[in-house]
Amino acid sequence: MSESHAHQGADAGENPAPQRGKIDTLLRKQRAFLLRPLNLTSRLLLVAAAGLIVASFFFPLWKMHLFAPQYEEGLALYIYSYEIQGGGIGGSDLAEINNLNHYIGMKPLHKADFFEMQWMPFVFGLIILLLLRAAVFGEMSNVVDVFTLFSYFGVFSIGAFYYRLYVYGHQLDPMAPMKIEPFTPLLIGSKQIANFTQHSYPQMAAYLQIVAVLFVVLAAWFSRHEKA
Amino acid sequence: MKNHIIKTMFLAALCTVIVLLAPGCGQKKSASATKGLNEAERASMALASFVAPGEKDDYYLFYSGGHSGQVFVAGLPSMRHISTIPVFTPYPGTGYGFDEESKEMLGDFTWGDVHHPALSQTDSLHDGRWLFVNDTANNRVARIDLRDFKTRQILGPIPNASGTHASSFITENTEYLFLATRFSTPLPRERAADPKNYAEEFSGMITAVKVEPKTGEMSVAWQILMPPINFDLCSTGKGPSSGYAFFTSYNTEMAGDVLEVNASQLDRDLGAVVDWKAAAEAVAAGKAEMMNGVPVLDPNKVPGILHYIAIGKSPHGIDTDPSGKWVVASGKLQPTTTVYDIEKIKAAIAKKDYDGDFRGVPILKYDSIVEGEVPVGLGPLHTQYDDKGNAYTSLFIDSNITKWKLPPWTDEQKKDLTKAVLDKMPVHFSVGHLVIGGSDTKKPDGKWLVAMNKLSKGRHISVGPSQPESSQLIDISGDKMKMVAEAYTEPEPHFAQIIAVKNLNPIEVYPKDENKDPNAVWDASETGVTREGNTVTAKVLAIRSRFIPDRIDAKVGDELIIHITNVEQIGDMIHGFAINDHDMNVVLDPGETKTIKVKLTKSGVYPFYCTNFCSALHQEMQGYLVVQPGTAPVAAKAN
Repeated sequence: MSESHAHQGADAGENPAPQRGKIDTLLRKQRAFLLRPLNLTSRLLLVAAAGLIVASFFFPLWKMHLFAPQYEEGLALYIYSYEIQGGGIGGSDLAEINNLNHYIGMKPLHKADFFEMQWMPFVFGLIILLLLRAAVFGEMSNVVDVFTLFSYFGVFSIGAFYYRLYVYGHQLDPMAPMKIEPFTPLLIGSKQIANFTQHSYPQMAAYLQIVAVLFVVLAAWFSRHEKA
Repeated sequence: MKNHIIKTMFLAALCTVIVLLAPGCGQKKSASATKGLNEAERASMALASFVAPGEKDDYYLFYSGGHSGQVFVAGLPSMRHISTIPVFTPYPGTGYGFDEESKEMLGDFTWGDVHHPALSQTDSLHDGRWLFVNDTANNRVARIDLRDFKTRQILGPIPNASGTHASSFITENTEYLFLATRFSTPLPRERAADPKNYAEEFSGMITAVKVEPKTGEMSVAWQILMPPINFDLCSTGKGPSSGYAFFTSYNTEMAGDVLEVNASQLDRDLGAVVDWKAAAEAVAAGKAEMMNGVPVLDPNKVPGILHYIAIGKSPHGIDTDPSGKWVVASGKLQPTTTVYDIEKIKAAIAKKDYDGDFRGVPILKYDSIVEGEVPVGLGPLHTQYDDKGNAYTSLFIDSNITKWKLPPWTDEQKKDLTKAVLDKMPVHFSVGHLVIGGSDTKKPDGKWLVAMNKLSKGRHISVGPSQPESSQLIDISGDKMKMVAEAYTEPEPHFAQIIAVKNLNPIEVYPKDENKDPNAVWDASETGVTREGNTVTAKVLAIRSRFIPDRIDAKVGDELIIHITNVEQIGDMIHGFAINDHDMNVVLDPGETKTIKVKLTKSGVYPFYCTNFCSALHQEMQGYLVVQPGTAPVAAKAN
């Protein structure tokens, strides 16, 4: 940016008009792109994306599954945008995981401690509203807005999730019966921790949201040649 | 090395010589060969009962535990003992009889004599809800909930009754359980009379226990006053015999002493045919007289509710077939078993086709109600049925099981009923009861038969003079019975029940949400110790691997009440709670709360600890009960 600015400044004296014209054309082109109307396909894709996000509320985003010789059927932890749920009858796996974690001094996972789960659904609601707005207003700029917010939010959420895992794995009670090296539970993949094998993978809600993002990109793609 | 080989060869040669010279030893070694089993047969038997590690059995087998006062649960076809359900006897293994709830159920008794388990029924089919068992010794009946395999109610001692052996037998929709007395006594029970005047002074009793359809709660409904004959077993009707209950009895002689001789004089004894629906109506119509708070019907005053049939000398079992049409009973000293036709019994009742009476109650004419006498062998006791119209009778004296064809018989079979006998299987030894899954329902499961033998001598590795009981698993799915496996139980199963695993769905954890105990604590913040006068109450939480709190303070003279909750919600995470030197051990299943009471009589520090191995730090799961010497103000308060 600064380089092009300098370049622009150096040329300004000799032949300013064509240069300014080039950039201006680019900006105008970009502006024209942002003002492109959305065709029906794009609008329907945006509505479908909103629908996918609504649907994603009913499925977990992430699942952590822990297996050990004594836990053949595994202990499961399901992460939703608005809560953490244990597997097993009545969600009892959460209490069991907390119970096991106390031996290594890990803080128990309490739903109330997950502040982000209180505002995350609100953000999803906002994204849904913006998607519908884009579908109604039918302008490319709306698609870019919602795409930007959606991507940022997605990357932020994964970052926040990783940070949570880091904190839980590193703030271990020094008085714990079992002393272990601080660790970060795996975000994605499979890993052996003591007698447990941990599997951590995205679930249906995450996939639905990835498809929703894809739909937003496709919405832009299908209307890229539309004339105002 | 060479030396070693020579030594070994020498020893082998020596052994060969010894074996050849000692035929006794040789025989003992080939004991299995004398049973005529080749390798292929052994392999086929082994496979039939084999349940590989990690695999599960197909059926539950609920054994009555006899005078152990318990119920044993085994799996079929493996015959492995899986668990023991304590019923009438304290059982430290599960903490039964130590906490207040089970102590209250047991009352002042420390044992019972469990004879006949009955699975609850709906429309003459096992519904998998409850198992009822009787206590012959103390006239009680208990309900085990099959949701958690726990004893949930003990009813009794039942008034006006003594030695309820002919129980608990259940009606087709679990309306009633019947309990009839093996022993007769003077009534009311507190009256002492001379056994010399047995026939005049003593009475027997048939009790109908009502079962609340939703909760299974049992209550004494009504009774029928019976003459002092010894009721032995019972069977209820279904289909054409719906509304009837059949009881065998011995001692028609009404002997009050030396029963072995004096009760064995007549050629035939009596079976009681009770029209229980008519009896219930008579009670509702106010025809009963109250005795000890129970409406009691006198069959002489309410004709129609009771008729007698004649059965061979000293009968034991009586069993209605799956169709409800045939009732089979036999004298246990006879070589035949008798098949009665319920249609003929009903016709005889309607036509008053009597052959005299017993104390004013008519005896139905034997020849009018009998379909045939099947020569099954010596000492017939009990009969069970498969799903193909066959009957299986246990023969105590012959020590075998005889398979025979139920009627209708062919003309050839009618002429010679030995032709209705299809197969015989020796059992070891002296079989008492036998059981086929659902034999008392309208749809038996014709896969397995379990013979419960009274003598096991010489079959098992020696365990000294006290002997276990032997059970044998027999495959009855083919034309010929096949012996498959053998197992031993503690004393002493009498009857048993079999139900397919798929028909039960027990819980493995008490869900937190269902724990309604007001003293349950689920969080450390709710725990604590409080004092009120001389009562110290502790609310304790058990979790891997600690008790919260792990210190309880009290004084001599206090009554210590401890409410303990196991807050685990994962299967098999069971905690115990034992207090040293205080004869106290309770065991808490996941999600369970129990209350114990301990009178503190000695000062000192008494460790308490988890008795049921729970976790890697189980040994660390302990605490201290600190008992200070009593002080004057405390003692004064107690007064």
